[in-house]
Amino acid sequence: MAVAVGRPSNEELRNLSLSGHVGFDSLPDQLVNKSTSQGFCFNILCVGETGIGKSTLMDTLFNTKFESDPATHNEPGVRLKARSYELQESNVRLKLTIVDTVGFGDQINKDDSYKPIVEYIDAQFEAYLQEELKIKRSLFNYHDTRIHACLYFIAPTGHSLKSLDLVTMKKLDSKVNIIPIIAKADTIAKNELHKFKSKIMSELVSNGVQIYQFPTDEETVAEINATMSVHLPFAVVGSTEEVKIGNKMAKARQYPWGVVQVENENHCDFVKLREMLIRVNMEDLREQTHTRHYELYRRCKLEEMGFKDTDPDSKPFSLQETYEAKRNEFLGELQKKEEEMRQMFVMRVKEKEAELKEAEKELHEKFDLLKRTHQDEKKKVEDKKKELEEEVNNFQKKKAAAQLLQSQAQQAGAQQTKKDKDKKNSPWLCTE
Amino acid sequence: MDKEYVGFAALPNQLHRKSVKKGFDFTLMVAGESGLGKSTLINSLFLTNLYEDRQMPEASARLTQTLTIERRGVEIEEGGVKVKLTLVDTPGFGDSVDCSDCWLPVVHFIEEQFEQYLRDESGLNRKNIQDSRVHCCLYFVSPFGRGLRPLDVAFLRAVHEKVNIIPVIGKADALMPKETQALKQKIRDQLKEEEINIYQFPECDSDEDEDFKRQDAEMKESIPFAVVGSCEVVKDGGSRPVRGRRYTWGTVEVENPQHCDFLNLRRMLVQTHLQDLKEVTHDLLYEGYRARCLQSLARPGARDRASRSKLSRQSATEIPLPMLPLAETEKLIREKDEELRRMQEMLEKMQAQMQQSRAQDEESDAL
Repeated sequence: MAVAVGRPSNEELRNLSLSGHVGFDSLPDQLVNKSTSQGFCFNILCVGETGIGKSTLMDTLFNTKFESDPATHNEPGVRLKARSYELQESNVRLKLTIVDTVGFGDQINKDDSYKPIVEYIDAQFEAYLQEELKIKRSLFNYHDTRIHACLYFIAPTGHSLKSLDLVTMKKLDSKVNIIPIIAKADTIAKNELHKFKSKIMSELVSNGVQIYQFPTDEETVAEINATMSVHLPFAVVGSTEEVKIGNKMAKARQYPWGVVQVENENHCDFVKLREMLIRVNMEDLREQTHTRHYELYRRCKLEEMGFKDTDPDSKPFSLQETYEAKRNEFLGELQKKEEEMRQMFVMRVKEKEAELKEAEKELHEKFDLLKRTHQDEKKKVEDKKKELEEEVNNFQKKKAAAQLLQSQAQQAGAQQTKKDKDKKNSPWLCTE
Repeated sequence: MDKEYVGFAALPNQLHRKSVKKGFDFTLMVAGESGLGKSTLINSLFLTNLYEDRQMPEASARLTQTLTIERRGVEIEEGGVKVKLTLVDTPGFGDSVDCSDCWLPVVHFIEEQFEQYLRDESGLNRKNIQDSRVHCCLYFVSPFGRGLRPLDVAFLRAVHEKVNIIPVIGKADALMPKETQALKQKIRDQLKEEEINIYQFPECDSDEDEDFKRQDAEMKESIPFAVVGSCEVVKDGGSRPVRGRRYTWGTVEVENPQHCDFLNLRRMLVQTHLQDLKEVTHDLLYEGYRARCLQSLARPGARDRASRSKLSRQSATEIPLPMLPLAETEKLIREKDEELRRMQEMLEKMQAQMQQSRAQDEESDAL
């Protein structure tokens, strides 16, 4: 990544002319060769509702089939799905990451839909920042996951932007390069398209949404970028199916009333999008991400942490001093917290002890009470036992007495019968 | 003996004459997100410009827009038959970022019409009852998604027992034929899964001719109708002016059955099933509403209250019809009554138990 070095303004640079060919005009080539051998990296974020054609457009743009399972409308919230692919064309290797918003626009309450997207973008910036701040870092080897371009898919209603689109784009415009596109544009007739496009652009402008501006400062690309910018937002159609047109096969969508050719500029702006996104401005998108969006994030983050470029005396701070100061502050805070915790711990222990003592006392009292009741009951039981014994004794006595009476009665009875028997016998004898 | 000609075969003609004289009225509701071609379709259906010079609000204005109900009435005539068509539109549906409960105004509106009719029907003077009940609701599903969305399901669930729903796929020229079939099947499956009752076409009589039966079967199979609307007249290849949408790659003809189901929808809605829609609304949906309403009025608690109130004293025109919220409070009261009863039973049981245990204690004491 080339870094601009500021020159002190009071030094005058003299323009010298060369008397022969030196050869440093090969510098750009050296740069290109180096980058080519390293390989390039590009990350695209696709934001749009389910079914609007994000995956199909990616397939069409990169002429390959990235596999993905189409999502349903039943996602409970928005989540981001990132997939990385290695592509190669001629001798140029591209590490492409495509990030999808799954479930965008499906929920009934979409207030929080933008949050997962913003969090993801910030997380990638954070990862890069952490790498940059490391002591032992390897930036040249670092796999850059920051989002370089955000394709925002607008539904072809023909009227204007949806409220969700406006809210989301406003949240994203300071974090990523937004390129709005009209998806499924084969629904819009030619005369309606112009009105729709200008309505969208005027709504974006009036709500202060910053979309990506194709660079017009460099003469080689200024012209093409200027002409293309007029057609924003690009109305695209995607298709991976091929249809026979004339004697060639071309990517198209076949309807009963005609065939929409994806690469026909009269039918849709797909070719323009491909030119702009991939063939002309890919490197500029990466640069903008690094020099504008990432720098903004970094500045905000570091300011949050308390770093400043100049101290109250307007002398430039050295990062080292700030680090030291921060570190001491941090350690001091830690110590304070430790003290607090220790005190709290001691207090808690004391409280617990008191509680336990109380509980112990209560238990003792209960024990005493129980003991007393136990003794009372025991006495009662013993009394009852005595009573029972007495009754038993009485009963035994009565029984004995009764038995005695019975035996006496029996004896008397036996004597009586004997007398009766004698009496009975004697009359017999008497009569004779 | 020859059967003499009595003459009641002329009854259908008498009916025809009377109905022509009376005229028809029909209320059609269109619902669905903005930008699905609802207004254009209505204009195409009735070949009249009901929506002239519409102002579409800006996206920033629609951030928190609530749903409004708009009614447009128009009288159209064809072949001596007059139709008073009322169109109910629901602008703002699904527009704001938070659409929770955005269908409630629609439900409320439909029930209001039922309530109005109930009042009129129960009134003393029933000569000129205006039927403002919604006879049919065309619900537009987006062709850009993969089926019904949660908002669609929520809306349909809320109204399916109250109005005849005909689901329609708007802007169907975004779909290739096999995509259309797949989407229709997905929507049908989802409707079955979510147990949403859409309008069922009645079976045609067995004595209808084969052609009619075939058409009828075709029509039933193409639900939900995939429609394209247009107010423009274009010249197709055969230099015949047709309604259509002109693209660089071809022209979509609205009335071409190969291109979309517009003809089927028009035939069904206007030519063959308009009267059936009205009848189903009256015999099924309205009766259901009426039964629910009066049932909640006839609950035990409510009856006492009602009898104590003006019901007996005043004339029937002023029946204090319970608004649905009242039915809710009745339900609450009933629930509370039951709870009280249950608690009383429990209390009695506990008392009995206590007595039992007390008796047991005494017994053990006595020993």
